[in-house]
Amino acid sequence: MSGGGVGSGVGSGVGGGDVQAGPDRAKSGPGDEGDRRVRRLELVISYVLRIGVVVSVAVILAGLVLSFVRHPGYSGTIDYHSVAGPGYHFPDTFAAVAHSIASGGGRGFIMLGLALLVLTPVMRVAVSVFGFIFEKDPPMVAVTIFVLAVLIGSLAIGVASR
Amino acid sequence: MNALDFVLLLAAVSVVAGALGAVVGIGGGAVVVPALTILFHVDIRFAIGASIISVIATSSGAAAAYVRERMTNLRTGMFLELGTTTGAVTGAFLTTVVPTSALFALFGVVLLYSGAVMFLRRHEEHQLAESSDRIANRLNLHGAYYDEAEGREIVYKVTGTRMGLSIMYVAGMISALLGIGSGSLKVPAMDLAMHLPMKVSSATSNFMIGVTAAASAGVFLARGQVDPLIAGPVAAGVLGGAVIGSRLLAKLQGRVVRLVFVVVLVVIAVEMLQRGFHL
Repeated sequence: MSGGGVGSGVGSGVGGGDVQAGPDRAKSGPGDEGDRRVRRLELVISYVLRIGVVVSVAVILAGLVLSFVRHPGYSGTIDYHSVAGPGYHFPDTFAAVAHSIASGGGRGFIMLGLALLVLTPVMRVAVSVFGFIFEKDPPMVAVTIFVLAVLIGSLAIGVASR
Repeated sequence: MNALDFVLLLAAVSVVAGALGAVVGIGGGAVVVPALTILFHVDIRFAIGASIISVIATSSGAAAAYVRERMTNLRTGMFLELGTTTGAVTGAFLTTVVPTSALFALFGVVLLYSGAVMFLRRHEEHQLAESSDRIANRLNLHGAYYDEAEGREIVYKVTGTRMGLSIMYVAGMISALLGIGSGSLKVPAMDLAMHLPMKVSSATSNFMIGVTAAASAGVFLARGQVDPLIAGPVAAGVLGGAVIGSRLLAKLQGRVVRLVFVVVLVVIAVEMLQRGFHL
């Protein structure tokens, strides 16, 4: 039973959270099987969010460090108003971001990290679609597919509105 | 102020925004936007771009912990995202039609009202034992979580799904029109209309605001409102703060979370009224 290891690990993390589920799990009734599947989906979603967050923050921080290494003036006398906000052109298209990264530009990496951060909730919804398919829960599959479609649609409209 | 000091200070302010946002279930834009415009004199367009990023950062950073601890009601959150995402798309199409200042003012009034109701209900932290809500029963939206502060498992039933979904539709629309996360509307909807426990409302709102914000983030990225040197430090700081905040929520009493939320709500309401009346 692969679910057993996951379940016990969680029990120790949440403390008394297992009090109710504990005896049921030993008997392994039909309701328990469903509960364990939901638990597995929760853990998978939690991992997706965590990986998305860790990767994007790492790329953003690398980009920030790179920006300051490449522009010594930023930590010297250059006022922030002249390098951030209106008046300073930063890479804001796919092509410009790719070009910036290729030439080792910090801003390109920061934009990549921000894009990964924006995509994290989208990934979370996509993973839950598969999760509910795996759980054989048609109404929730329909709900999550609809949300995913609207989400991708509005992101596409946004990017295309340029 | 040189660029390095700006980035470091901004990241520090964002840690506070992320921690507060994670506890009360809002995106932290309420802290980030005024901090950027008033403290750092950053153009409002770039402040809003950074705010959208901050909402996604708070949401993903905190939800990773809340989902694992079962504080988030996953199914209810995903069901309500039907409303927020369609609302966001509607809002995107209405941007040219609706006068935003009137909307800011109206939103401010609505927030003051829901803040008042939530404050008056501060002594009622009891959960429903039965629900006759057909959608909630059909989709099995009810839940249970282990409350660390009370030291016991809290089982609750969900009701008012139609009302909740309608408010979420409006919340999604407002997010797209005003460029805010609108967790300030999601939390009262779940607390007052759907009878979720306060901490579950906050955690589930947190879970949802990332998706709402992601739906409109494409527009802000495409319009060039997301400046890497402004949004980058905000994202990093907010993520750090959200991790701290998520540890805090588990240990706080529902009553305390409610009171903090009401205070934040009043502050946001004032902010919205100011922007509505151009004060």
